[in-house]
Amino acid sequence: MFARLVYESFRRQKRRKLLAGAAITLGVTVATAMIAVATDIGDKINRELRTIGANLLVTPQEDRLDVEMGGVNLRPPSDGAFLDEADLPKIKGTFWHNNITGFAPMLPVNVALEREGKTENLTLLGTYFAKQVSLGKEEFTTGVRSIHPWWKVSGAWPDDSSRDVLFGERLATRLSAKPGDEVTLSGRPLHVSGVLSTGGGEDDQIVAPLALAQEILGKPGAVRRVYVSALAKPEDALARRDPKSMSGSVYDRWYCSPYPQSIAFQLQEAIPHSHAEQIRQVAQNEGAVLTRIEGLIFLVTLAALFASALAVSAAMATAIFERRSEVGLMKALGAGKLAVASVFFAEAALLALIGGLVGFAAGGWLAHQIGRSIFNSEITIPPVLLPVILAIAVMVTFAGSAAAIRNAVRLDPVFALRGEL
Amino acid sequence: MKATGFHFERPHSGQPHSAREVAASRAQSPHTSMFLRMLLRAALLRRGRAASALLAMVVAAAVATVVLNLYVDVQAKLQREFRNYGANLILVGRDGASLPAGAVSRVESALGGRGLVAPFALVVARTSDGQPIVVAGTDFNRVRQLDRWWSVSNWPSARQQALIGVRAVSVVSPKNQPFDLSFQGHTIHLTSAGTVQTGAAEDSRVYLSLPDFVSWTAVQPSTIEVAAAGSPEEITAIMHQLEQAIPAADVRPVRQILEGEARVLGKTRSTLLAAAALIILTAALCVLSTLMGWVFDRRRDFAIMKTLGASDRLLNGFFAGEAAALGATGAVIGFVLGIGIAAWIGRVSFHAPVVPRFSVLPFVLAGSIVVTLLSAILPISLLQRVQPAVILRGE
Repeated sequence: MFARLVYESFRRQKRRKLLAGAAITLGVTVATAMIAVATDIGDKINRELRTIGANLLVTPQEDRLDVEMGGVNLRPPSDGAFLDEADLPKIKGTFWHNNITGFAPMLPVNVALEREGKTENLTLLGTYFAKQVSLGKEEFTTGVRSIHPWWKVSGAWPDDSSRDVLFGERLATRLSAKPGDEVTLSGRPLHVSGVLSTGGGEDDQIVAPLALAQEILGKPGAVRRVYVSALAKPEDALARRDPKSMSGSVYDRWYCSPYPQSIAFQLQEAIPHSHAEQIRQVAQNEGAVLTRIEGLIFLVTLAALFASALAVSAAMATAIFERRSEVGLMKALGAGKLAVASVFFAEAALLALIGGLVGFAAGGWLAHQIGRSIFNSEITIPPVLLPVILAIAVMVTFAGSAAAIRNAVRLDPVFALRGEL
Repeated sequence: MKATGFHFERPHSGQPHSAREVAASRAQSPHTSMFLRMLLRAALLRRGRAASALLAMVVAAAVATVVLNLYVDVQAKLQREFRNYGANLILVGRDGASLPAGAVSRVESALGGRGLVAPFALVVARTSDGQPIVVAGTDFNRVRQLDRWWSVSNWPSARQQALIGVRAVSVVSPKNQPFDLSFQGHTIHLTSAGTVQTGAAEDSRVYLSLPDFVSWTAVQPSTIEVAAAGSPEEITAIMHQLEQAIPAADVRPVRQILEGEARVLGKTRSTLLAAAALIILTAALCVLSTLMGWVFDRRRDFAIMKTLGASDRLLNGFFAGEAAALGATGAVIGFVLGIGIAAWIGRVSFHAPVVPRFSVLPFVLAGSIVVTLLSAILPISLLQRVQPAVILRGE
């Protein structure tokens, strides 16, 4: 009888059930989409912040002082220590390899540009553009094109194995060089594939594949410094502590949190004779920006959850209020308060489950669309969230119906049946 | 004019022509007050239902106000966060030349308080054992504000004190002893005030105060770093103003910072906009279902009025007027509440008050009234198709 009551109610009052179900579905859709966006927004914004540039710098441990002014290196470039290019893939072999979005080695060398019978001393910067690097079986592409996205080239990017070079924008204007020119650098005939604009010191330099710079310097495998771009966690009190003064468990926690400091520490362990440090301008500020945006989206998500809970409650309250005469009839036929309430709660639970399932799917699709259109990447919902969302949907539906059901069962059947309040 | 029963329509201006119009014009004033009385009594007598409808409206308007306020405000707030990244414009003397005297004050007056400025002068000097080192002169008070990420153990306060980059310490003053630097035959005697660590080029330099630096090297600042505040368009305008203020300098945007900022800001705003649209949609739905229930619930009032001879127009006007009044009241209360919540959120998440944006009010008000009108007219148009007798019999 109980099951039949519920079944018939759904069968005969399709329009009403559809309305309440639509409200629950929409509420769950919004809640699911916002929860998915909120849990993923940190990672997404972190990746966007990586466009401001590398946040870690690896240099040789016993490096001499840089004497660099306005993009011109005043120290003989063969001076000082170097890192070994062969060690670089190990950056992707550290514990935090999934957090490291890319790296680019740099090797500045002095070159003589021969042009119209005159020679001019310039700085040539060797680097990776989009180099295929392999570590074990893993292959990945890294270089300035991904970690310095503000570098713009008119013309073509050189290939990492080619003998093509880029001229900095100001240098090109000064020498009236353009893409396609042939130049002679320190006795080597080279091809200018494009003009590079960075807004920084590179605008006065020549940028070339790393192998070419090493050949000019006469030191195969030499790298002066490596810029590493890593997804890091905002710094807190633990991050700033000195790892040497930590006890075992605190040290483990520090080591296993992706703070800029701990990633730098592990880079230093991975690359022999190196010194890794956070670039404070980037690393310090991105933590602050990230915390702000995450906090903001969290609050907005709370507002969305609140609004959807309210919408579900309002729809349920209205739906039950309209069925007072039905309650009156049931009570007149001898149904107890408990029996009437349980029919309504069973209906509410059924509606919440169906609405919750549909809403979860729709919310997942919505989050996916938001991720695609705003961040050009996927936002996926962990399926683990489904039972949680369903439980919340049932709870909110019950809470929304409770007051209306209580009023309905309290009503005297005589008044209810006569249609009076 | 076809009039059936009650007729509340205002008569045409000028003289009444027919007897019916005369009657209508005579009846006008008591009917207007009757209209208001009905509105008022409807709200007072069904306090519970009216209050729940109003509550739904208030909450929806408050939530809408909060998200709209945050959306409008987030750009200004995040732009301020991004100014902590330091300079987004750099003025450099053409071909490495020094900037003219008084350049800093000219830049500041061109900025008019919309940003921070710090001058830098650079030379390569030699330590007492002949090692080359880059020495910079700057204004420490300005650098402290502009480059907040500098980790400095102790800022210099007296003359002839230097701030030494952490990697330069071992070269110039390994035991924290006083040291000499020479440039083109001139020597300066310095003591170390503290160290600076940034993880970048600053770590291998020595920083002096500008007066010390100029009297030692006679080199004037060649670079001014500017952290200009504002939207991308405002920053472009500032660039042009600076170019005009100091023709001898190149004004270069720091693309790394500007582009990163624009990307992060744009994405955050789009996410907030999507969230705001979803939230407002949900809130509107909540109001719609509550109000529709309320109006539907009063179908007996509707039937009685209709039986007594009220025209469809009057009934529409009555329920629509009621709904609009509810919408407007709810929107205003909700707006005030929402502004309060937005201010609280601003304090919690940005440590700065969110300025109440009254520009949001018209949108909230108009949106509320549209939603309430819609939720009144939908059930009424359904009821109009039904005979009053059927409704009164409770079927």
